[in-house]
Amino acid sequence: MTELVVDQLGVSIDEVTLVKNVSFTLKPGAFVTVLGPNGAGKTKMLRAALGLENPTSGLARLGSVDTKILDPISRALKLSYLPQTRPLAWPNIVRDIVALGRYSHGATLNRLSGLDLDAVETAISDCDIAHLAHRKADTLSGGELARVHCARAFAAQAPLFVADEPVAALDPRHQFRVMDLIAAYVKRGGGALVVLHDIGLAARYADRMIWMAKGEVVADGPPHETLTEKRLADLYGVKSKIDGLRIEIDGVL
Amino acid sequence: MNKERFLIPVLVVASLLSIIAACLLGSTPLGPNRVLAALFGFADAGDTLVIWQIRLPRALAAFVVGAALGTSGAALQGLLRNPLAEPGVLGVSASAALGATFALYYGLATLASWVLPLAAIIGALAATTLIAFVAIRTRSVVTLILVGVGLSSFAGAAMSLLMNLAPNPFSLSDMINWMLGSVANRSFDDLAMAFPFLLLGLGILFYFRRGLSALTLGEEAASGIGVDLKRLRIAVVMGTGLTAGAAVAIAGAIGFVGIVAPHLVRPFVSHDPARSLLPSALLAGIILVLADIAVRILPTTTELKLGVVAALIGAPAFAWIAAQRRAGHD
Repeated sequence: MTELVVDQLGVSIDEVTLVKNVSFTLKPGAFVTVLGPNGAGKTKMLRAALGLENPTSGLARLGSVDTKILDPISRALKLSYLPQTRPLAWPNIVRDIVALGRYSHGATLNRLSGLDLDAVETAISDCDIAHLAHRKADTLSGGELARVHCARAFAAQAPLFVADEPVAALDPRHQFRVMDLIAAYVKRGGGALVVLHDIGLAARYADRMIWMAKGEVVADGPPHETLTEKRLADLYGVKSKIDGLRIEIDGVL
Repeated sequence: MNKERFLIPVLVVASLLSIIAACLLGSTPLGPNRVLAALFGFADAGDTLVIWQIRLPRALAAFVVGAALGTSGAALQGLLRNPLAEPGVLGVSASAALGATFALYYGLATLASWVLPLAAIIGALAATTLIAFVAIRTRSVVTLILVGVGLSSFAGAAMSLLMNLAPNPFSLSDMINWMLGSVANRSFDDLAMAFPFLLLGLGILFYFRRGLSALTLGEEAASGIGVDLKRLRIAVVMGTGLTAGAAVAIAGAIGFVGIVAPHLVRPFVSHDPARSLLPSALLAGIILVLADIAVRILPTTTELKLGVVAALIGAPAFAWIAAQRRAGHD
């Protein structure tokens, strides 16, 4: 079973500590969300955990290999990573973008066959973008494009999935649709680690919430244990009322 | 896509036709029967000489140079995710021409036949490496193009300096030929000299083409799906340096072909950089062969230089492509 094990991970740049002593494990079948205010070090922590950036202390292992020395193909086969979305460089066809998810399997975009073809077709139908498959990416709405990127990530059929703000700038309906896709992936046996800014959305879907502030993990546990009025006050500086998983944020403290 | 399936066969046929046309046309037009006879060795000595020593090597030189520039343009555009990237625009060709001129000026080129292409390639590699470094540091396309313009101007200035210091009118006119770009009087030996470098460069670019497709997602996501960014960058820089350098070693600096051909090809290959390499190569080859035919049959008192004609057509196309780009893309 492939797990992402992060152990005492730290990142400092020019004497400034951006990530400090972060430890957690991501297992298949778990839906984990990472929360924290802007500048809490969430993206930095993810990048260091995935070996995209060198940690200054601690280590992260994917399966049995230190991610720092893991080659990109092996990493991609075990874990698909959806960074914050950037505009595409070219107006590619949706189907080709999804097929890029099979890069680590050696697929060629216009000549998919066998397992690659199946994986792309499945991801396209799972993410409900079959009607968009032959559209050019620059004709899609933000919500459609977000589903295309999810399909690309799922097409890799990696056991783990890490996403950095996959629902940023989406309307509520599309936020739910993307979160549903990730939830379905977890139900199929995948393990998801998702950075979110919407606390309510995170609490609704997550099995576990990792709360970060100033580069450190301040809490890690199921929503009903870690989601408290005091935590939102401490981390985000907002007044709130919490009733079960319902959150009402009243304003700035 | 159906039109994609026909693209390469159509371009291959058009390439062959353009090269045959280049053998037919010229100051003394030869009929198809005489050209065919000469090609297969049944013609008289005069025809055979014209075809095998003059027209065919010249046409092939134009085609090969075009193909090299088309491929390196398409590859650079994929790497830098920018349709305006091209060896000419980014100063790679000018730097290669500077390298070649330098070798000529100091007489290094007489040491061995491979010195001249090597000097051009070193110039090209130096420029490509610099461009790649800038591309990593800045995400701004505008900055990158400006650095390219600066590099171009610098190489141009250094060339002017060498010309300024030229010991005699013969070396001066030699250098001007390098700057303007031409395939006139090229022999099979000239082609053979640059060929190994060209093949190596093209091989590298084609081998790494899948990485270029992945880069459409941006560097972060590309490395997420398994691209080794560092290796890809080094490979494409080496590949374009070798290819563009070899092209310059054959024909001097010829600009803008590498920008026009990929631009025309892209809609036919679903804007996939990997799939644009081969058709860009063929189309750019055809464009240069046709441009060279025009140069030869235009009734001007002195023959126009191919590079001049290419720039006269290419520079407006460059401006047009730049103006078409939406503001959000840089």
